[in-house]
Amino acid sequence: MYLLLTKKLLNIINKISPILAIALILAVWQILSLTGIVPKFMLPSPVDVLLAFIGDFPLLMSHAKTTLIEAFLGLTIGTAFGFVIAVIMDRFPIAYKSIYPILVLTQTVPTVAIAPLLVLWLGYGILPKITLIVITTFFPIAIGLLDGFRSADPDAINLLKAMGANRAQCFLHIKLPSSMSHFFAGLRISVSYSVVGAVVSEWLGGFTGLGVYMTRVRKSYSFDKMFAVIFFISLISLLLMFLTAKLKDVIMPWDKKKNKNEIN
Amino acid sequence: MNKLTANNITVSYEGSNIIEDISIELNKGEIVCILGVSGVGKTTLFNVISGLLIPDSGKVELDGNDITGKAGSVSYMLQKDLLLPYKTILDNVSLPLVIRGEKKSKAREITIAYFEEFGLKGTENKYPNQLSGGMRQRAALLRTYLFSDQVALLDEPFSALDSITKSNMHEWYLNVMDQIKLSSLLITHDINEAIILADRIYILSGKPGKIKEEIIIKEERPRSKDFSVSEEFMKYKKYILSLL
Repeated sequence: MYLLLTKKLLNIINKISPILAIALILAVWQILSLTGIVPKFMLPSPVDVLLAFIGDFPLLMSHAKTTLIEAFLGLTIGTAFGFVIAVIMDRFPIAYKSIYPILVLTQTVPTVAIAPLLVLWLGYGILPKITLIVITTFFPIAIGLLDGFRSADPDAINLLKAMGANRAQCFLHIKLPSSMSHFFAGLRISVSYSVVGAVVSEWLGGFTGLGVYMTRVRKSYSFDKMFAVIFFISLISLLLMFLTAKLKDVIMPWDKKKNKNEIN
Repeated sequence: MNKLTANNITVSYEGSNIIEDISIELNKGEIVCILGVSGVGKTTLFNVISGLLIPDSGKVELDGNDITGKAGSVSYMLQKDLLLPYKTILDNVSLPLVIRGEKKSKAREITIAYFEEFGLKGTENKYPNQLSGGMRQRAALLRTYLFSDQVALLDEPFSALDSITKSNMHEWYLNVMDQIKLSSLLITHDINEAIILADRIYILSGKPGKIKEEIIIKEERPRSKDFSVSEEFMKYKKYILSLL
């Protein structure tokens, strides 16, 4: 009984420990601010940030709408593009050999460096933003899927071939489902990239969006609003990552059941 | 009547023969074992018969039709059950029908009718990782059967199971075979398994692998549980051991 209680207690501590850690950091931060050790104009206190967030809430929401639309469009196109590239690279070894190095190369070019170029080429509208997001998001998807296709059990493919399956059927029944966990690992990364990509591209020009809001409040030295929007962006990323995990549970029910089995 | 024949099959790899001049036959409803040590080319022979591998020479015939190098006419089952982790048991088992072009709902309907007979009732909507090894092999065998009710090739189907499960599976297997009359060719390296299950045993040995001997097990089916400890059984076993 005693053992059970301590175990339960340990479990609870385990669960709330990250929350405690965050609370501790916030508390220290608040104290530093209140006591004046760190001047307010340099680092606003958590309470100030929260107040700024509440004060600008309707404005933040309308900017967030633009950013989210860009992120969503970019991510969708990026995912589709990554998927097509992965399929082609898996199907034709020559495509793999020739495209793969180029893909890696595109990822070594810093986003911040090509963003201004995109603005020059494509203007201040939504187009350069979406292009940038596509460039940053398709890579994790393509690589994830490609690894997934290659992880397919060759014996399972042989079995299907013995059953008389054609290439498309092998793909549909073996390769595609085997790549799903890899795909979602890639998607999780791409989702957060898409939000960051949208914000970065908005810094360089545009009329609405969280990046534009960020530039404005930075120019007016409103550090509290600056922090508010930074936290807000993190929050959006976290939320989207959570939704991705939920989507994975829906699309891959077998994986969820396996985990449950392991616990029992 | 011969259901399946393989005539003078030779397969070489990088200049040397793996199996040489192998001829086997399988009659309707018969269980025939191919017994041999690992690496003797049993699986190569199976790949030829299933049509995944084209032999250097020789011919495979099913009901008198040449099926050499043509996949899709005889079914195939491996030691690994190869149930797809992302499909339910029902969808796994009905897969061969779907591959053949049957609608998913229709394939499920046909499949579900066999679940009782194969001792799989209640597992329809489970995923493979929720089943025991024995149950998974049952599902794999049903899938094999739905793929082709003509001839099944079983490549060490029970060798990954523990010995108690294995002997239960042998009993279950003979029972099912009695009902569905599937002609099957079974690879094994387990002498006991071969004698318990087979009507005939081909001994494959040497390098390159050749058929060394054909042994007919005269014990009538259904065989009693005591067969595996009978004097007859021991005689067969002694004889086979002397050959290997």
